[in-house]
Amino acid sequence: MATTTTPQADPTPKEPAPAAALHTGTSDLRALIARNLRTSGIYVAFVAIVALFAVLTDGVSLSPGNITNIVLQYSYILVLAIGMVLVIIAGHIDLSVGSVVALTGAVSAVLVIQQGFPWWVGVVAALAVGIAVGAWHGFWVAYVGIPAFIVTLAGMLLFRGMTLQVLDNISLSPFPQEYGRVASGFLNGLLGGYGYDAFTLLIGAVAVAGYAVSGFRTRVARIKYEQPVESFPLFVGRVVLVGAVVMYFAWQLAHARGLPIVLIILAVLVIAYGIISKRTVFGRQIYAIGGNLAAAQLSGVKVKVVNFWIFVNMGFLAAVAGIIYSSRSNGAQPAAGNMFELDAIAAAFIGGAAVTGGVGTVVGAMVGGLIMAVMSNGMQLMGVEQQIQSIVKGLVLLLAVAFDVYNKRRAGASR
Amino acid sequence: MTSLRTTESMDDNILEMRSITKTFPGVKALEDVSLAVRRGEIHAICGENGAGKSTLMKVLSGVYPTGSYDGEIVYDGQSVHFSGIRDSEHVGIVIIHQELALVPYLSIAENIFLGNERRGRGGLIDWNLANADAAKLLASVGLDENPVTPVAQLGVGKQQLVEIAKALSKDVRLLILDEPTAALNDSDSAHLLDLLRRLKERGITSIMISHKLNEITAVADNVTVIRDGKTVETLNLHRGEVTQERIIRGMVGRDLESFYPERESHPGEEVLRVEDWTVWHPTQDRKVVDGASFSVRAGEVVGIAGLMGAGRTELAMSIFGRSYGRDISGRIFMHGNEVKARSVAEAIDRGIAYATEDRKRYGLNLIEDIRRNVSAAALGKLSRRGWVNGNEETKVAEESRRSMNIKAPSVMAIVGKLSGGNQQKVVLSKWLFTDPDVLILDEPTRGIDVGAKYEIYTIINRLVAAGKAVVVISSELPELLGICDRIYTLSAGRITGQLPVTEATQESLMELMTKERASV
Repeated sequence: MATTTTPQADPTPKEPAPAAALHTGTSDLRALIARNLRTSGIYVAFVAIVALFAVLTDGVSLSPGNITNIVLQYSYILVLAIGMVLVIIAGHIDLSVGSVVALTGAVSAVLVIQQGFPWWVGVVAALAVGIAVGAWHGFWVAYVGIPAFIVTLAGMLLFRGMTLQVLDNISLSPFPQEYGRVASGFLNGLLGGYGYDAFTLLIGAVAVAGYAVSGFRTRVARIKYEQPVESFPLFVGRVVLVGAVVMYFAWQLAHARGLPIVLIILAVLVIAYGIISKRTVFGRQIYAIGGNLAAAQLSGVKVKVVNFWIFVNMGFLAAVAGIIYSSRSNGAQPAAGNMFELDAIAAAFIGGAAVTGGVGTVVGAMVGGLIMAVMSNGMQLMGVEQQIQSIVKGLVLLLAVAFDVYNKRRAGASR
Repeated sequence: MTSLRTTESMDDNILEMRSITKTFPGVKALEDVSLAVRRGEIHAICGENGAGKSTLMKVLSGVYPTGSYDGEIVYDGQSVHFSGIRDSEHVGIVIIHQELALVPYLSIAENIFLGNERRGRGGLIDWNLANADAAKLLASVGLDENPVTPVAQLGVGKQQLVEIAKALSKDVRLLILDEPTAALNDSDSAHLLDLLRRLKERGITSIMISHKLNEITAVADNVTVIRDGKTVETLNLHRGEVTQERIIRGMVGRDLESFYPERESHPGEEVLRVEDWTVWHPTQDRKVVDGASFSVRAGEVVGIAGLMGAGRTELAMSIFGRSYGRDISGRIFMHGNEVKARSVAEAIDRGIAYATEDRKRYGLNLIEDIRRNVSAAALGKLSRRGWVNGNEETKVAEESRRSMNIKAPSVMAIVGKLSGGNQQKVVLSKWLFTDPDVLILDEPTRGIDVGAKYEIYTIINRLVAAGKAVVVISSELPELLGICDRIYTLSAGRITGQLPVTEATQESLMELMTKERASV
């Protein structure tokens, strides 16, 4: 309520100014954490897990080459998780995305590898197929009114079958080099550097600057509307912290092979969907539908239209993931994308999405996905057996949702 | 001496609730409430919505376990401690809630013995025994139905009887009925009241929560009046001087006039006119609204009175963008021009707003904050080309919070945690932000306390003073008489009459509300 730009009356007089500022800053931080406990718990867990594996692997997990690897290996899961979290916020689920990843990759492979079309024809065709699949799901869910669980369970079988049909039950490879660059290409050497890719560092710096500027503009706008903002030192602290993390990350990438193209794709998607979900009417309506379907309907939200486009969007992102995956595996396989839907769903739930809908964030889902990624990667580095990895991941998912349920019950009890 | 007297009074009373105090965060629902029920009587409890009647019964039946409230419950001469509804049922206290707790797809017998199944050999359910027992119980409540009939096929009145049969199967000694006749038509109500008298002859004590004072005076022995979470008085109805007016005075604690804020009425031009509106039930083959016509002018509050099931909500929701029903026919005029409102968005565009009777289910996103709820129906006003201006949104919500006097620490407060009255103010804020010409308010004061009611009435007065047209749907006739200029009565989907408030009385309205055929 009270804006912290107007300093509060301090009970202890004559305190030096910096200390006072620090004082407001910390109390702000605490309020901030308390307010965002639900999501901040995930960030804390993420940092803890990263630190844990850094220690367990003697720092190997934070080495430049490994960070690059994590990005390359899990990018398609993160792309799927972006779409999945929106589906889940609206109160649905999509079990078909693994099959759609396989189908879109297969279509692309048939066109490019078998028919010899240029690489971009494969990309466009894959996106078209993904959108068509999404429209198919959206039609049944939104306009016929069949639960998404059933529709996409059917889709999972349907599109897996179509994949086998398209591929004639065999694997296709290899893609031409250009296609492969989507997932394993790097932008480096554009500006030279002495063993460190200057371009990567520049992009990192631009990102940090963009973050600082947009944060500052938001802050100015909020002050204009007389709304509470964090204290200025806290704001600077936040920018410096984020900047340091991003620059460390960029530094490590620059060390290794430069800026992966797939990271750029991912960053664009995360920023775009983050904004869409929070700042657009469409995004708001997704939350409204998930929070209370009947109330949204009676508030004039065109529920069917919104639901339809949520699934079209999911199909589109599944196609993007399909392109990245086929590019990375340099071909198309009948069993591609198996169980991807479960990883994407797990990422969304670990990232704080509620099973009942209405709650969740794109950034949360990304952190959730990264938690899974860092854990898998770390355990692989440590040589943990496959079966143990699976057990650990299962338990993490269960505990994350248990935390969510516990939080909600506590909120309910205080009612 | 003293101990003797206590024993005597305990023998006399099957139940004594002593100094019950129950608090919820921020609200004192019950304060020092005492209730004594004599063995074998029919004891009525009345009070306004939100007075604490249902809370008191939840304390009694163990829904709120011992320890979550202060005070003592003495049942059958012994202090009792219930930690759940099973404990109270064990000693013969059974509560029948307003919303019936029957499973629609199960048969009558299955419902009666749900959780209390008739076991035969090997622990398996003996259906022959269950159906035979159920038939006996049905006979004792005067319900002539086959025990294997699914409950969904019964009307509400018969379902109520199934609930009572279920209570009898548990060897009930103290039967609590929460608004048993609220959803019943007259003949079903009469049958139910008759059944209560017969149960009384069999020695079963009943507590009946009711708003219907004529039923209370007809059937009850004593009536306890609760107001604002406190016991006001217990009146013995066998002493002739207790009239309905006497009970009302206890319920509201002041004269009815001062309960509703003053307003000078200056109706202007006609804003909304609905002609020959007919709506069919979405799944059943019957008309829910049948040829209804009404109008409302600027600066006017028009009431729609009807019993439950008369089609009030259905009428309003079908007008509001066809949110209810099928095969809707009829015409809507706004400011004299015919308009179409085929979807909610279109209705909002035309200047119609509808605030639902069930704000938790249909009105609010309970997991979101005040800000997001206030903006929900008019996000377009806060956005340009699909982009929402979050700061403007907060400002709007902040203004609503101030003008509506919503008691919350900030507009970031989660709506699910607000009290009923404040939630209702959020709903009103939401609809006012759409800047409607006509507001349809469906039970605007249901389940909120007396103070908040007064505030809602004041807000309504402010709206009509600003030239809005307001339609109020309410099942509380005193409320309609207190705030409306004109009142339409609705019975079985038909408008059966309209009265200026100066000519209307509860009796004249009730007569029109129970009329079978339209005469106007």
